[in-house]
Amino acid sequence: MSTRKTLVVAGHGMVGHRFVQAAIERGLTERYDVIVYGEEPREAYDRVALTSYYEVGADALSFLPGGKYEDPRAVVTLNTEVTAIDREAKTVALSDGTTQAYDVLVLATGAAPFVPPVPGKDLKNVFVYRTIEDLQAIEEAAKTAKAGVVIGGGLLGLEAANALHKLEVETHVVELAPRLMAVQVDDAGGATLKRHIEKLGLTVHTGVMTEFIDADKDGVEDGKVSGLKFKDVDEVLPADIVIFSAGIRPRDQLARDCGLEVAERGGILVSPNMQTSDESIYAIGECAAPGGRMYGLVAPGYTMAEVAVDALLEGPGEFLGADMSTKLKLMGVDVASFGDAFATTEGALELVYSDAVAGVYKKLVISEDCTKLLGGILVGDASSYGILRPMVSSGIALPENPEDLILPASRGTAQIGMPDEAQVCSCMNVTKGEICKAIHDEELTDVPAIKQCTKAGTVCGSCTNILKNLLTEEMEKSGKAVDKSICEHFAYSRQELFDLIKIGQLKSFDAVVEAHGTGRGCDICKPAIASILASQFNGHVLDNKTTGALQDTNDAYLANLQINGTYSVVPRIPGGEITPEKLIVIGEVARDFNLYTKITGGQRIDMFGARMEQLPEIWKRLVDAGFESGHAYGKSLRTVKSCVGSEWCRYGVQESVAMAIELELRYRGLRSPHKLKGGVSGCARECAEARGKDFGVIATEKGWNLYVGGNGGAVPAHAQLLAGDLSKEDLLKYLDRFLMYYVRTADRLQRTSTWIDQLDGGLDRVKEIVLHDSLGLGEELENEMARHVDTYFDEWKATIEDPEKVARFVSFINAPGTPDPNISFTEDRGQIRPVTFDEPVSLGSSIPVGAPQ
Amino acid sequence: MTKTADFISICRLEQLERERGATALVAGHAVAIFRTYDDQVFALGNYDPFSKSSVIARGIVGTRGDIPFVASPVYKQAFDLRTGACLDDAGVSVPAYEVRVEDGLVLVGPRKR
Ligand code: SRM
Ligand SMILES: Cc1cc2nc3c(=O)[nH]c(=O)nc-3n(C[C@H](O)[C@H](O)[C@H](O)COP(=O)(O)OP(=O)(O)OC[C@H]3O[C@@H](n4cnc5c(N)ncnc54)[C@H](O)[C@@H]3O)c2cc1C
Ligand code: SF4
Ligand code: FES
Repeated sequence: MSTRKTLVVAGHGMVGHRFVQAAIERGLTERYDVIVYGEEPREAYDRVALTSYYEVGADALSFLPGGKYEDPRAVVTLNTEVTAIDREAKTVALSDGTTQAYDVLVLATGAAPFVPPVPGKDLKNVFVYRTIEDLQAIEEAAKTAKAGVVIGGGLLGLEAANALHKLEVETHVVELAPRLMAVQVDDAGGATLKRHIEKLGLTVHTGVMTEFIDADKDGVEDGKVSGLKFKDVDEVLPADIVIFSAGIRPRDQLARDCGLEVAERGGILVSPNMQTSDESIYAIGECAAPGGRMYGLVAPGYTMAEVAVDALLEGPGEFLGADMSTKLKLMGVDVASFGDAFATTEGALELVYSDAVAGVYKKLVISEDCTKLLGGILVGDASSYGILRPMVSSGIALPENPEDLILPASRGTAQIGMPDEAQVCSCMNVTKGEICKAIHDEELTDVPAIKQCTKAGTVCGSCTNILKNLLTEEMEKSGKAVDKSICEHFAYSRQELFDLIKIGQLKSFDAVVEAHGTGRGCDICKPAIASILASQFNGHVLDNKTTGALQDTNDAYLANLQINGTYSVVPRIPGGEITPEKLIVIGEVARDFNLYTKITGGQRIDMFGARMEQLPEIWKRLVDAGFESGHAYGKSLRTVKSCVGSEWCRYGVQESVAMAIELELRYRGLRSPHKLKGGVSGCARECAEARGKDFGVIATEKGWNLYVGGNGGAVPAHAQLLAGDLSKEDLLKYLDRFLMYYVRTADRLQRTSTWIDQLDGGLDRVKEIVLHDSLGLGEELENEMARHVDTYFDEWKATIEDPEKVARFVSFINAPGTPDPNISFTEDRGQIRPVTFDEPVSLGSSIPVGAPQ
Repeated sequence: MTKTADFISICRLEQLERERGATALVAGHAVAIFRTYDDQVFALGNYDPFSKSSVIARGIVGTRGDIPFVASPVYKQAFDLRTGACLDDAGVSVPAYEVRVEDGLVLVGPRKR
């Protein structure tokens, strides 16, 4: 007899998915087979980030790509609705006509958009904003629409309006209440928000009631939207699209139909451990109403999921209400609301700062005795949210002049001692104490590591700033000040040095150290300055007067140093395309100099085991045959990997090889904070693995998609979409700007992925700068890249043509012809392999040593 | 001063680039010779005990506080140019040699004690 039981989950949304994950992680699947039914055609996805569907597509939003959990005892069936519950028989009926028995049933059916009974609500081109299918339908309708209306000026309404605006539809927002975001902000805050939004070109109508939606064909049932009629206004507002976003209603019908208790205002009534009035049935997420109240945010839903799993494991977990604080960026405007934002606590006082010109409104609600912060509203600048919200939840004492917290001079990041219990990340419920402990115990040194280790900052991201502050604080405490200085010789970050060098037009290490540093440099600052000088002036890296003595191991000899003191030689093979003649040259050179030969992971050929003094001779042969440096040794562009593309491949939609070659030749030799890699795929099958590269280009029917910030290596990252369907001109323009901005502002040895992560605002910030030119730097960055492209030369060719540079490549300064006896080889699989020595090797004193003249 | 048998002339001072190393063959051994910014000359054994290869001369030359040093090009450990002591791993060192510059010639002598 089997003792395993069956647990059925209705709904595979954000919370249902979280429940299954927790069930697997915490071992509930040891006792239960988990069967999940989802009504949507796709597995759970990130609904919070729904709007970004237009930019990143459905796959990027999915929480369970492929629709299968690692644990085979949890199974998801999509496209299947639970239609009824038979509590007596303990079965659920399914939309495919079958039934399924359960021992435990978990309802995670979420909520549905509320559509008020306005005449015309069933016309064509009337939408809601909840699922990917909704967004697809809106996108399709937007193609031919001129104007659109969003009914509802709340958080979700503004989100929908933003999407419509971005789809280039003239957008109106209609709100019944006298202000926008009535639940979160007060009149003054709403007015500030409205001004911001109108500046972007949207039209806001507040305090108006919709009478009916007008149709293009009178009286015809399936007519299409043509306009919106307000009460007490004569003209009809013309519109081709209407989106309802007037609130949500818990999907509690299943529960009602089988007689479970529901809350007065909707939602399935549950006890603090998420049990409904039937002890075999649980409800979690937006469909549930613990204590009679439903929560329209994901964080409380996640907590409910954890609590329910805990309850099923006979744990003590309880759901004790949730922080309904909100912070978001709507159309570039910061809005935050937290705690008792409307000063409903008895005797509460309000402290307001408002700057109509700058569009900033901030309000603090404080206790009668001025000792505690109770809540607040921030519009236009929510930078202090990170410090203010924990002050509310932990109840710590206000500083003496609480107004400092919102006055513009305050950076909002003031170091105010928070108690350890203060919740820093409300999405993942992580406290200050837990974060500090992780920083300390795991010796974390950057924010991405904190995110990975504690999960704080991984949902909405609004707590990232505070994570940064805690990190600084903790590191300072343990004496490991997060010093931005790159080393003891320069009290500046790489970015600051970049600017100082640029402004001062400093052209050598001596000039830089004289103006801004101390001492004579080291293995950290010298290569960094060499790289900055190369990015700005593009001189020869071995130039004695400027950068010759600064170069790191590999740059110093324009080759990669190997374990036994020999070097590898990597000629550039742009896009991985090579003629048979050139292949033969490589073969001959490798044979003549007895070099180990291997195909690299970057679609080219590496020859290993060259003695330093052989490098000029080897390169002379290669340069004569038309090869140039592959910069395998430099912090600079390595390769742009290609797939074969439309010229040969039956699926290709663009010529990816030609594009890869063009990009590799454009950016070759560009010195950068870390190495740079690119990839170009000819279609979405992505054979070039472009999304694993710093910049990846994927062909579409209409042009090219540009992805940035990919990384292989130790911490792999998928590149994210920067812009889609670009013409070649735009692709080059955006890529020029992106790369140059990275070169200017990244830290030393910071790849693009970590650089984007640590930028305030992340990828959105990159988009503002690169696509929307928000800093007005676009042209300057393009010009800098143009200068780089124009002044590029092959540094190996220049080296072999200059006797002074060739002079560097000698084994012994007093015995130039004598090979270093410390280098020797054995053979493996028909090729050479280094032998290492445990002691310095002597040549014996019989070797004649050339005396200097 | 005159040349003594213990000192071997290696090259002319101007053959050495400032703040870079060169390798010389001294009594059958590979020796790294460095000329610092202020024209002092130092000599260390070229064999890097960490990477077990003959590469010290190819490292970056700089200062740590007042100490002139070279960083091994392989794994970047720093060695004091004056004594050969490893600044990152007490107890490890490379040999340091006496050096003189006479009439523009660089001479390398016996191992320092
Ligand atoms: C030769 C090669 C391996 C091979 O035999 O295939 C190689 C060899 C080295 N890689 Fe690599 N990497 C090679 C492809 C890669 C790839 C694959 C690719 O480019 O598609 C990756 C992952 C992709 C990426 O970079 O995002 C890769 C990630 C790394 C990393 C980790 C970087 C990171 O961000 O975590 C390092 C370490 C570093 O740079 O700090 C590294 C460092 C190195 C160094 C430079 C280590 C060193 O300092 O000695 C190796 C020197 C090789 C030499 O002497 O020529 N190599 N390396 C490949 C040369 C490609 C080329 O044609 O230029
Ligand atoms: C545009 C938008 C922006 C948002 N922004 C934020 C934000 O910034 N912060 C925040 O905290 N929250 C935000 N939310 C709210 C957040 O998405 C929800 O709180 C969260 O999705 C709730 O999760 P859930 O699992 O309870 O519901 P859902 O994610 O809706 O999942 C329920 C699933 O159950 C399915 N289902 C329903 N009935 C049945 C049935 N009978 N049988 C089978 N399947 C069924 C549904 O189709 C759905 O897939 C936003 C929502 C939207 C729409
Ligand atoms: S560790 Fe990686 S990069 Fe280094 S040699 Fe091995 S394979 Fe190449
Ligand atoms: S508060 Fe949302 S991720 Fe931390």
